[in-house]
Amino acid sequence: MSSRLNLDRPPVFCPGCTHERITKALDRALEKRGIAPHKTVIVSDIGCSGLFDTFFNVHALHGLHGRALTYAQGLKLADPTLNVIVTMGDGGLGIGGAHVLAACRKNLDITLIVLNNFNFGMTGGQYSATTPTDAKVGSEFLNQAEVPMDLCAVAESAGATYISRCSGHDPALCDLFVDAMDHKGFSLVETLGVCTGRYTKKNQLTPRAIDAMIKAMPQMNGPVAKNQRPEYGETYRKLALENKHFSMPVTIKKQFEPAAPKREEIVILGSAGMRIVTAGDIVCYAGMAAGMNVSMKTDYNITVLRGHSVGEIIISPEKIGYAGIESPTVVVAISDEGVQRRKAMFATLNSDTFVLREKSVTIPDTPAAVVEIDFKAFKVKRHDWALASLGVLAKEGRGLTPDLLAFAVRKKLGVRLSLLSLFGNRVSLAQFINK
Amino acid sequence: MALSFMDGNEAVARGAMAAGCSFFAGYPITPATTVFANMLKMLPPKGGICIQGEDEIASMGYCIGASMAGRKVLTATSGPGLSLYSEQISFAVGSEIPLVIVDVQRLGPSTGSATRGADSDIQFMRWGNTGGVPVIVLVPRDALDCYLLTIHAFNYAEAFRCPVFIASNKEIGMTRESVDLDAVALPALVERKKHRGAGYLPFGAAPGAAPDFLPIGGKTLVRQTSSTHGPDGYITIDPGVIAANQERLQNKILAAEERITLYEENHREGADTLVISYGVTSRAVEDACRLLEKKGKPVSSLTLKSLWPVPETLLLKAARNYDRLVVIEMNLGQYVGEIRRVLCGKKIDFYGQMNGILIKPGKIMEVIENE
Repeated sequence: MSSRLNLDRPPVFCPGCTHERITKALDRALEKRGIAPHKTVIVSDIGCSGLFDTFFNVHALHGLHGRALTYAQGLKLADPTLNVIVTMGDGGLGIGGAHVLAACRKNLDITLIVLNNFNFGMTGGQYSATTPTDAKVGSEFLNQAEVPMDLCAVAESAGATYISRCSGHDPALCDLFVDAMDHKGFSLVETLGVCTGRYTKKNQLTPRAIDAMIKAMPQMNGPVAKNQRPEYGETYRKLALENKHFSMPVTIKKQFEPAAPKREEIVILGSAGMRIVTAGDIVCYAGMAAGMNVSMKTDYNITVLRGHSVGEIIISPEKIGYAGIESPTVVVAISDEGVQRRKAMFATLNSDTFVLREKSVTIPDTPAAVVEIDFKAFKVKRHDWALASLGVLAKEGRGLTPDLLAFAVRKKLGVRLSLLSLFGNRVSLAQFINK
Repeated sequence: MALSFMDGNEAVARGAMAAGCSFFAGYPITPATTVFANMLKMLPPKGGICIQGEDEIASMGYCIGASMAGRKVLTATSGPGLSLYSEQISFAVGSEIPLVIVDVQRLGPSTGSATRGADSDIQFMRWGNTGGVPVIVLVPRDALDCYLLTIHAFNYAEAFRCPVFIASNKEIGMTRESVDLDAVALPALVERKKHRGAGYLPFGAAPGAAPDFLPIGGKTLVRQTSSTHGPDGYITIDPGVIAANQERLQNKILAAEERITLYEENHREGADTLVISYGVTSRAVEDACRLLEKKGKPVSSLTLKSLWPVPETLLLKAARNYDRLVVIEMNLGQYVGEIRRVLCGKKIDFYGQMNGILIKPGKIMEVIENE
């Protein structure tokens, strides 16, 4: 194996920049690891660390500021055989912080090299997430009002399985990189270095000072014992393999010939927890079993356990266009919250609209024919009122028939109508239809 | 005949599976979440990968990485997530990374209403990239379209090496309906054109064409970059090379306008008015036209199923024999300007509504009749 350096595009860093040493150490590390160039990809961030992809004869992806880890993980998930190395500066660390945390938590087998030189070199030496409070940088006084973050400490708490903090001038840098790449899982190497173009013009920072800085910080030299766990990709694939069942769409053949197919617009006005969507599905299945087109719009709170729940169902022999309800043929009013949601509708109902109102529910004045039912007297629990209402509709022949309901209940809930015990005291939906 | 029962979001997922999608990354957001939920059920049994990003930016980044490894990828979001996708979309547009993005639109601006529909992002999808590079946006009007157009979207993404948007809407994505999957003619699947032979240039392409593809991780080394690049994928400042690439990015989409155009039209005998609409609104338009025909006032309709690139040829042809055009949108007029631009000189009336509810057929009839 030989150097992966792209001789046509030598490093272009400022004289004395630590990045040049890191480039050479990384090259030696790639060589030492002996992985084929076409099985290696360097994903580089933005700024001076974003130049790295051009120096090597390996696959390269250079993307947006702070996002390098996201591309790297997409590549690794899509092709687990790739050796993925990310180069990122302290700028990318700041803007892409969420991705650093996620990468630590995930533990995909990639290597992140953070080239920390304590400032934004390329844009003029502005302060970054790692700039010391007392440094003189290109952000006037702003850094004096903040404190730098300790990346390695953050990574450790985020679950990183391998963390190494070292000087970019460390003679053993190549071996540190090799060790990090050998780690099965996410490995983070934070290199501390000098930015001669910007930072060291106004700040005393020498390789010796960096060594002292590292010595004064918590030591991070490789695998983090308390965070060890299997690599994400392996875990993911193992878990994913347990999902073998590919569910086909719900498909219903026409199996009943309706006596007089006509359009029905059914509105169910209920509350969260009343199984309005389930009831709507059953009505739709029944319609499809009669060879009709169906649609269902639902309206419920984002906090799904509270508030109204409204289902609007259309059953039509023709293709359904506008999927809103214009002139309901059936209204099921089983909660005040649901009724309030559509209160303006009641005055507009036709005289032949069938309104089923539970005794405890108040509805506005309406020209429609209102049938009252006392589900409480039948000892039907509130969460079954929507299903029980379907029994009443089937009995009345409004929107569905007992046969259609029996089919749809079996299809949706996997039980026979006669066994579907809705009412606490062993009363089935089928018996209810017969009452 | 057997009908299937699904919402638009499930139909998108099933379309993606039929198109050979093997990677999804997304972040939960109403009303797009169930695209993600469906993909999470469907991909693992087929050996695909489905992950939740730490945010929308990351989700798009994962998709970009996976696409560059050669996979067909899908992501889904709504307006607020699309805002976060924006920087990565610019990357994918400018660096020719195939992706399919479903935008299940909700009422904007900003957080807006999570569970209220609107065609909020029609211009945002088109112009939401830095550089103003043309994109492809398809727009379904029902669940069946979600299935079919997703397959078209993957085909376009592969053929043109670009992100393709599906401009869905809460009112389609979360409305369940019966669909006849057997009744629809599916297009043949298109695969990314692989480079053969030596001398691969990752962005080497004829004028107006997309470059051939090779995956990161294959035998031949590949360079991908978000920076202004020449055919070799290295940064360039050569004005000639830059200009040629910019023109190619533009022309590969604009010149293919007719190939990309998807639509339905219903010309009625004796009609002097053509109603142009797209998305869920076109369902109410079709109802309105049918009701007007019953009243003895025939009106024709054109349903656009691709919005960008603007189907100029189609618009000119479809509108040729009409004195008056009516444009209906579920926003306050994001697309009518394009129609006015293409059909300048025609009498064009407009009605837009953006109040969280569907436009009723009766309102559309009123607009058509009140000339």
